[in-house]
Amino acid sequence: MISTTLRSLGLAIAAAMLLLVNFAGAEDAKVENAKVEDTKVMIDNFTFEPVQLTVKVGTTVTWTNRDDIPHTVVSAGKFRSKTMDTDGTFSFTFTTAGDYKYFCSLHPHMTGTVKVE
Amino acid sequence: MSDHDHHDEGNGISRRRVLECMTWAGTGVLWTVTGGVPHSLGMVGSAQAAEAKAMTFLQISDSHVGFDKPANPNALGTLEEAINKVKAMPAKPSFMIHTGDITHLSKVEEFDNAERIISQAKLDVHYVPGEHDFIDEEVKLYKERYGKGTKGAGWYSFDAGGVHFVGLVNVVDLKGGGLGNLGAEQLEWLEDDLKGKSKSTPIVLFAHIPLWTVYPQWGWGTEDGGRALEYVKGFGSVTVLNGHIHQVMQKVEGNVTFHTARSTAFPQPAPGSAPSPGPMKVEDSKLRTMLGVASINFKQNNQPLAIIDTPLVG
Repeated sequence: MISTTLRSLGLAIAAAMLLLVNFAGAEDAKVENAKVEDTKVMIDNFTFEPVQLTVKVGTTVTWTNRDDIPHTVVSAGKFRSKTMDTDGTFSFTFTTAGDYKYFCSLHPHMTGTVKVE
Repeated sequence: MSDHDHHDEGNGISRRRVLECMTWAGTGVLWTVTGGVPHSLGMVGSAQAAEAKAMTFLQISDSHVGFDKPANPNALGTLEEAINKVKAMPAKPSFMIHTGDITHLSKVEEFDNAERIISQAKLDVHYVPGEHDFIDEEVKLYKERYGKGTKGAGWYSFDAGGVHFVGLVNVVDLKGGGLGNLGAEQLEWLEDDLKGKSKSTPIVLFAHIPLWTVYPQWGWGTEDGGRALEYVKGFGSVTVLNGHIHQVMQKVEGNVTFHTARSTAFPQPAPGSAPSPGPMKVEDSKLRTMLGVASINFKQNNQPLAIIDTPLVG
């Protein structure tokens, strides 16, 4: 009886430890995903940084406007953000490979490219 | 052609010289037309305004109502100050033109506030839109308010005091990597609009973005502006009035006088003098010293332009 109980307890502890390990593993995976799938483009001084970006299919790119002037992000026929005021953001998930040239429709001299592989 | 270009890079004039040719944020520019030639009489409030004869009109620009960033936390307040100057003018102008960026973000309350302040001048106002006036989601607020009787995105012409005025729109359908844009439809209309006019009719073209190339690296120019200028070539007197760059810049080229107006909201840097054309933060005490700081006098017969500093404060 006692030994069975102990054994059960042992199993329970082992299971709990496994769970803990699994949680830790999941956390690691999340961090890993963040690195691979979320990519940022900053808008500073009327320029996109990085101006050219290479990402994998499925990546979500988020643009953040850090200027005191509103900007947009437009790729003809592909995506079009609303006007982003200061600290405004826009995200787009790239599901198809290709070169995506984009620009700011308010300040068209501002251009950038996302290369999706 | 006896070109006089105040800051022609081709002539090797230094940036310092360019800076000397420019002055900063102000209130409005008073124009008069005598003998068919428009002259700028200087900043509102200067003594010269009292000498206005014949038809006078006023240009204000880039009020950016709604702008509240460090370069000027109260753009509505400085617009009101500019309008108060207009109200206090000894000789009332015939009307006013506004060369765009009435609002900062095309919000209903921004248009409402702009209207509430500008209407206090009790003058007819002829508007053209800036890119900041077309960023509401449905792109309809500007046209609802100011688009009556206009063509396309809001272009039109009218006659006043023997002068033919043409308001153009160069802030829509902009192409990646490009500059301001008038587009084929508007250019066709312009050619047609000018066709019946006698060559002795003085022409005033006004639009938001400069119709001439000021600094393409910052998008300060209009892709097909040269086409519009082709159509006015035969006319004896042509004046091109723009905003957008928040500083005074002028050039006389043959029969054409180009001028950009100050903003009532915030100054922007001289071309290439800063990392970007964004709002230029100056000391609080300096901003209003800059408002209304310069008077601009156009002289006849291609003489050099005179820019005289006349600060309203300090």
